[in-house]
Amino acid sequence: MYEHDILIVGAGLAGLRAALESIEAGKNTAILSKVHPVRSHSCAAQGGINAALTDRGDNWEDHALSTIKGSDYLADQEAVEIMCREAGENLIDLEHMGVIFSRDEEGRLGTRRFGGQSVARTFFVGAITGSAMLHVLYEQTVKQNAQVYEEWFVTKLIIEDGECRGVIAMDINSGKLEIIKAKSVILATGGIGRIFEPSTNALICTGDGLALAYDVGASLMDMEMIQYHPTGLAGNGILLSEGARGEGAYLLNSNGERFMEDYAPEYLELASRDVVSRAEQTEINEGRGIDGCVLLDCRHLGKSKIEEKLGYLQEVAIEFRGIDLAEQPIPVKPTMHYIMGGIKTDFMGQTDIPGLFAAGECANVSVHGANRLGANSLLDTIVFGRRSARGAIEYSSQINSISKSKEELNNETKRIQNIINRTNGERSATLRNEMGEAMTSGIGVFRDTKSIKIAKQKVLNLIDRYENTSIDNKGKIFNTDLIFNLELKYMLDVALTICIGAENRKESRGAHYRTDITERDDKNWLKHTHVAKTDGEVQFYTSDVNITKWKPEIRKY
Amino acid sequence: MLQTAKKTIQIEIKRQDPEINNGESYNQIYDVEVEDWFTVLDALIKIREEIDGTLSLRCACRASICGSCAMRVNGQAKLVCKTKLSVVEKNNKILVEPVGNMPVISDLVADFKPFWDKFNAVEPYLKPEGEVPEGEYLAPNDDMVHLVGVMNCIMCGACVSDCTVLEVKDNFLGPAALAKSYRFIADPRDGSQFERLQNLEKDGGIWDCTRCMQCVEVCPKDVDPMERIMSLRSKSIENKIDKNYGARHAKSFTDLIKNNGILNEVLLILRTKGLFNIIELAKLLPIAISAQLAGKRPPFFSHSSKNKNQIKKIFKKLEDK
Repeated sequence: MYEHDILIVGAGLAGLRAALESIEAGKNTAILSKVHPVRSHSCAAQGGINAALTDRGDNWEDHALSTIKGSDYLADQEAVEIMCREAGENLIDLEHMGVIFSRDEEGRLGTRRFGGQSVARTFFVGAITGSAMLHVLYEQTVKQNAQVYEEWFVTKLIIEDGECRGVIAMDINSGKLEIIKAKSVILATGGIGRIFEPSTNALICTGDGLALAYDVGASLMDMEMIQYHPTGLAGNGILLSEGARGEGAYLLNSNGERFMEDYAPEYLELASRDVVSRAEQTEINEGRGIDGCVLLDCRHLGKSKIEEKLGYLQEVAIEFRGIDLAEQPIPVKPTMHYIMGGIKTDFMGQTDIPGLFAAGECANVSVHGANRLGANSLLDTIVFGRRSARGAIEYSSQINSISKSKEELNNETKRIQNIINRTNGERSATLRNEMGEAMTSGIGVFRDTKSIKIAKQKVLNLIDRYENTSIDNKGKIFNTDLIFNLELKYMLDVALTICIGAENRKESRGAHYRTDITERDDKNWLKHTHVAKTDGEVQFYTSDVNITKWKPEIRKY
Repeated sequence: MLQTAKKTIQIEIKRQDPEINNGESYNQIYDVEVEDWFTVLDALIKIREEIDGTLSLRCACRASICGSCAMRVNGQAKLVCKTKLSVVEKNNKILVEPVGNMPVISDLVADFKPFWDKFNAVEPYLKPEGEVPEGEYLAPNDDMVHLVGVMNCIMCGACVSDCTVLEVKDNFLGPAALAKSYRFIADPRDGSQFERLQNLEKDGGIWDCTRCMQCVEVCPKDVDPMERIMSLRSKSIENKIDKNYGARHAKSFTDLIKNNGILNEVLLILRTKGLFNIIELAKLLPIAISAQLAGKRPPFFSHSSKNKNQIKKIFKKLEDK
């Protein structure tokens, strides 16, 4: 029998930060992850983490304004204030834990400038900031002797009397389903990238947490806000960090022009990501692209700067495309990268379901609104990962006992066995590829009523067809075939919420740009969209955006 | 997508499943149609998704940063997501096996428990000393940039897979854990360098590396684990943690060359083990006898190189540096 005060699902930056906070508070804490913690996709974050350090003349209000402007005024301003205010102490904490941030000449933390920021306030470790942070947080959990359910996969959340009391999960190594009871559960399962094809995301980014929360009635908020990163590698979409442009790289069209001069005369290549991606797509659509791409040009940075500050990018460019960044520009295109939307939470990570918390990319406390700024996601994971633990600590302290129901486990075991028993159906991958293509063409950099409708119909069709999919692997041990099938259902459920959000938001804001309604509409749509299930029925509704002192203005870069 | 040419490759995979064939391994060959930009991982994913869903493997990022997909390709450990098929295929064939030196769970999925146990054994976390500053610890950027070279390690296990010492000596900490240890010992913020080095002096530590270079060869992230182990040896001797056979071997080796310009193997053994260490010396007798029988008897008496003065000059130059 597995029982904990706090169970954290997901072991990326948000999950590990939450775990450390919970362990330090003396709570019986466990981490559960479908991959070993250091394999989590946080490792792929490259460019850095934002923080306005007051002791060097920066101020958090300026960071907050940049973030709110970047969000196209959809972010909840109180949440942004919290994130930007708490950034400094969290950054220093990370440094004390051992993160080897780059330094300036005096040995203090050094910065680079990132997109949408008025000044340089991005702290970094070469082009491996996420990996360097993730490994250090993992080291700290080793130090704390944290309990990890490594390579376990959650199939269901346990809800009793409307409150979350644990999960049903499969030990991938044995194929056995178990109940893991907990007084509270924190979802920190990361992104949804594989719903789109291509995507910069890892193959494990399948929206598990969002689907699990949605399944038990939690609201998913602003799901139409999908970020396309301006510099995905043509082909399979591997990420080339914004750090390149932060260090001064140019974007060029087929005429060799720095086309961002026309779209964002002041910020140029460092305008916010939605703006740069739209500019690139416009160049490509108007015939100034090269094989569906534009060029990222680092040549003028010189070999030594490229190797010291952008080493991992150089590795990717050489290994995957045979291009030396010091000698040749590299083709890039807008590529699905991040979802600003997610499980709605309050400032302490509390979702609509008592006992269920969420943090990181799977959550939406609304600090990114309609467009996330580069290097704000690492900050989000750390600040709100920690806060979600504080929320869960307080909540679980008021819970005395956990009930002993076993019936749900039997039902779940039957459900999974039925999937294993199905034969002669379609392959999961066939459906996933169709979904990926439909979502990328329907919910792209540019979208309209018709494209969204086609994507939604496709997803509904795939949800029907899912019931007839079958798998080859009927075994128990490390059955990834089964896991992919379960992940596919998660992705389809989440894809539908994305389509519902997109069809309902009848304006253009941030990453949600409709070619049939090109204007932002603050009068009617300074609002969050919500998709939630009530008694099995899908509901759509809206809520107001929290505005403190920054009134919406026209957004120019 | 990229414009490409297609062709068919034979991918032979070493498979193993505790539920099949009594857990005995067997090889299975798949004919896979591939594009010329395919990596080995692309081909494996194609098998899993389109041909045979029973194939188990780990993979996540596809971009050589998560460390999930180390496997042996044609006998050598590789991160398959960054290994182009066109580079490794021979006559349109490749062989893929799980990493070595670790038990297999299923097919290409290895049990990394021994790997992480050794990682844990080096106390892999910063242990700063003194009062915690209000702001960041001050540290020279050059030191931090140097450490990034080691932090590039993604714990993929390629070096451990192909480590020749681990093949014969289970308790060797291995290249990944030792490189991790170096990461803290070389960190100006860490306060327990001496204790860390002391722990690495023990059996299974830094002196067990035979410098075969395999780890350097197969590391997909240029971490150079062996170079880190050599740096740890230098640091140990600098810190006078040198009362072990390994350090004494290294010192005697250097002294003999320095003084005679040539190595005297007998003296090397006597000085390393200690002249009166009868038990240890007796253990070496069988080797001495078989060497004798093979006609590989080193000269008993000290002899010198004709150019020993020149060699002394080289040492002087190095020492003055």
